[in-house]
Amino acid sequence: MTDPTSRRNFLKMGAAGASVLPFLRAMPAAAEGSDTLVVVTGETINSLDLHRTGTSRASYQVGINCYDRLLTFGTKEVPGNGLSYDYTVVEPELAESWTESDDGLTLTFKLKPNATFWDGRKVTAADVKWSFDRAVSVGGFPTVQMKAGGLERPEQFVAVDDDTFVINLDRPSKLTIPDLAVPVPYIINSVEALANATDDDPWALEYLHMTPAGSGAFKVARWNPGEQLVYERNDNWVGGPLPAAKRVVIREVPSPATRRALIERGDVQVAFNIPDKDAAELADSLDVFSTPVENCIHCLCPNFAFEPFQDPDVRKAIAYAVPYEDIFQAAAFGRGLPLWGGEERITDTAWPRKTQYSTNLDKAKEHMAKSGYADGFDVPLSISLDLASWMEPTALLVQEALGEIGINVTIEKIPGANWRTAVLVEKRLPLHLENFGGWLNTPDYYFFWAYKDGHLFNSSNYRNEEIEQLVDATLHMPMDDPDYAPQIKRMFEIALDELPRIPLYQPALNVAVNGAEGYEFWFHRQLDARVLKAV
Amino acid sequence: MLAASPRLRAILLRVAQAIPVVMGVVVISFVLTRALPGDPAVYFAGVAADEASIEQTRVAMGLDKPLPVQFAHYVADLLQGDLGQSLSSGRPVATDLANRLPASLELTLTALIIAVVIAVPLGVLAATRPGTWVDHLCRIVVTAGVSLPTFFTGILLIYIFYYILGIAPSPLGRLDFIYLDPDHVTGFYLIDAALMGDWETWWGAAKQLILPAATLALFTLAPIARMTRAAMLTALSSDFVRTARAAGLSNRTVLYGYAFRNALLPVVTTLGMVFSFALGANVLVEKVFAWPGIGSYAVEALVVSDYAAVQGFVLAMALLFVALNLVIDLLYTAIDPRIGFDAK
Repeated sequence: MTDPTSRRNFLKMGAAGASVLPFLRAMPAAAEGSDTLVVVTGETINSLDLHRTGTSRASYQVGINCYDRLLTFGTKEVPGNGLSYDYTVVEPELAESWTESDDGLTLTFKLKPNATFWDGRKVTAADVKWSFDRAVSVGGFPTVQMKAGGLERPEQFVAVDDDTFVINLDRPSKLTIPDLAVPVPYIINSVEALANATDDDPWALEYLHMTPAGSGAFKVARWNPGEQLVYERNDNWVGGPLPAAKRVVIREVPSPATRRALIERGDVQVAFNIPDKDAAELADSLDVFSTPVENCIHCLCPNFAFEPFQDPDVRKAIAYAVPYEDIFQAAAFGRGLPLWGGEERITDTAWPRKTQYSTNLDKAKEHMAKSGYADGFDVPLSISLDLASWMEPTALLVQEALGEIGINVTIEKIPGANWRTAVLVEKRLPLHLENFGGWLNTPDYYFFWAYKDGHLFNSSNYRNEEIEQLVDATLHMPMDDPDYAPQIKRMFEIALDELPRIPLYQPALNVAVNGAEGYEFWFHRQLDARVLKAV
Repeated sequence: MLAASPRLRAILLRVAQAIPVVMGVVVISFVLTRALPGDPAVYFAGVAADEASIEQTRVAMGLDKPLPVQFAHYVADLLQGDLGQSLSSGRPVATDLANRLPASLELTLTALIIAVVIAVPLGVLAATRPGTWVDHLCRIVVTAGVSLPTFFTGILLIYIFYYILGIAPSPLGRLDFIYLDPDHVTGFYLIDAALMGDWETWWGAAKQLILPAATLALFTLAPIARMTRAAMLTALSSDFVRTARAAGLSNRTVLYGYAFRNALLPVVTTLGMVFSFALGANVLVEKVFAWPGIGSYAVEALVVSDYAAVQGFVLAMALLFVALNLVIDLLYTAIDPRIGFDAK
């Protein structure tokens, strides 16, 4: 192969001259210096377009790193756990500024005049409108998430001129602005997308699935599904401070043991979403961030469709029988936050919060004796095989504890593919474990999904008229409204007394870092590669 | 022409016999995937989907239609060579298989070659020197190979050669991220890199291959060594070997010309079986070494009830085994002329 234009020579030329191609052929990883970061994760990125049906959670990171939104959240310190996004601070990303009309029904955004897509074209309000239209029209998850912020129909979005974009709301809501900063409403190069759309596929789902077209901090240099995704920095990014890393390689490594070996050896800089056990063991030798996931609770759920659980004493007996500390240590290895042993009197609106329950077998037996089921009963406790790492140890401990108060528990393991249907759609599991977490960090949003009758994560078939009313009243109410706090406290009181969901603990997202800094936790639980820096 | 070449005729006959098998596989894989628990529409509608968006997803996936209609669509597409669209990867199943099958085959074949190169001589030596240290070594290797599960061997090898000694490359799949994939010709990185004359990439791919192939080889070595030893013992104690010895033939001729050749038949049969279960055992090795092979693809597809991908996988495997059986049958006739196709 001495042909002067062979692929090999071409690559060498390219790498030596301009950065035509991202890789030298064979260069030891160490020589790459601080330009490249390698991240390993166990999850699979299966699409570069979050709006597509079937896009996996891990793929959301492409929406974050390659696309911009109008707004983003600020950053705060989490004591002992590095950085986190800050729900209370909203900052501009592609928008330069925004104003809200006095009635709260019209939001007007001015776009940054120097924002361009990767192809060099200026980002216009028409692009924003097309992208928002797409998110509310394609159906499935993006549409549901947009709806949470009151964004439901294309007519609500108006491109006034190139730089001005207006959203007309049906009702003012405190959730609208934060909902513009979640991964879903990202801004796509509509000219490029439309050029690749077809009559059958007006939203260019096929094209954007494989080829992102955005204005974000990183472009996708290479993507081998099931293997790796390589981000390359967009030097013209205006959405925030330019990322320190020129290149970020995301490698998929399914085996946690292998991921651990790689991060310990320092051949990769970030191991994202590692098991609690590894986090606990690596914490002494590496930088391990175990950030409690905001608005997320691991729960034990007694289903009201199952007769014995309609008895409030039975539910309280269970809440007093659960061995919280043992579960927290065995299932979470102490990563996360305990949610038991708090005050009964509710004085603030913090959520998740410690419940007034703690392990107390005498009280549990008292409640059991008072109930209509003093002799006990049999019940299956269902867990998902996909989530077995925390559900299995938890279930075993619950089984043992409930045996003490006469409830004979058998553990039923449900395959991952079946789990969602059984637990959330059919809501047919008498006693089960559940772990809903809300992206928008307000208690009313959590209650909307998990405590309202018929809503997806209300897997206990719970219905309480007052809760229904309180959630409807508080969902869109500003948090500084004088009516807000009392109503939220009342909601907590009812939910913690009636116990359709028995909070066990607040889980953590574990990330091990070896040779990088700047890691920031986000509610979407995906990696924000923009803030990472090699050290 | 067919009459003139009985072997060609026999091959065509065997291929024709495979057709009903493949048809059966198509029907069974379709029915079985539909019988899987779980509702793919719910799964693919995403984390916060409500009834309406689940229904939209169901319609978009064509799952609202009755089963016979779905089957008719599937067969019609199949006849045009279209294996369908994988929902989880969002790409045609044929593309996914073309990318991933070579990865698995490269790993499995390398492992088999290593296993044969070690196991066959080991088995022969053990048979000719029963009771000596070679025989005991053979027994130890075989027992270890059978009793150690592949994921354990894999993690152990990573621990020793990568984590402690640091001589193996990072277990990051087929190529470290600093290399570019070789141009796709066969999908076998070693072959493709060699075709390009790019020996650096070739060496990069070979390095990545050593540990997983060794893991799998250790597992496949056992039955081959065992079978070689047993077959050699039988052959060596048979009448024709005694006759050959009595006729004064050299030890070498007796051993390799007569005994070994006769012992090969059961070894080749075992090899075929070992190949098939090595492909199955691949799944675990693929997980440990982040190998983007077909086993992990199929398991992920099964977990999310990705019908098209599962069906494509089963079909590809069926075709592979039909081909494998044919090759083994041909090998039989090459090894032992007494076995003719006419006998069937």
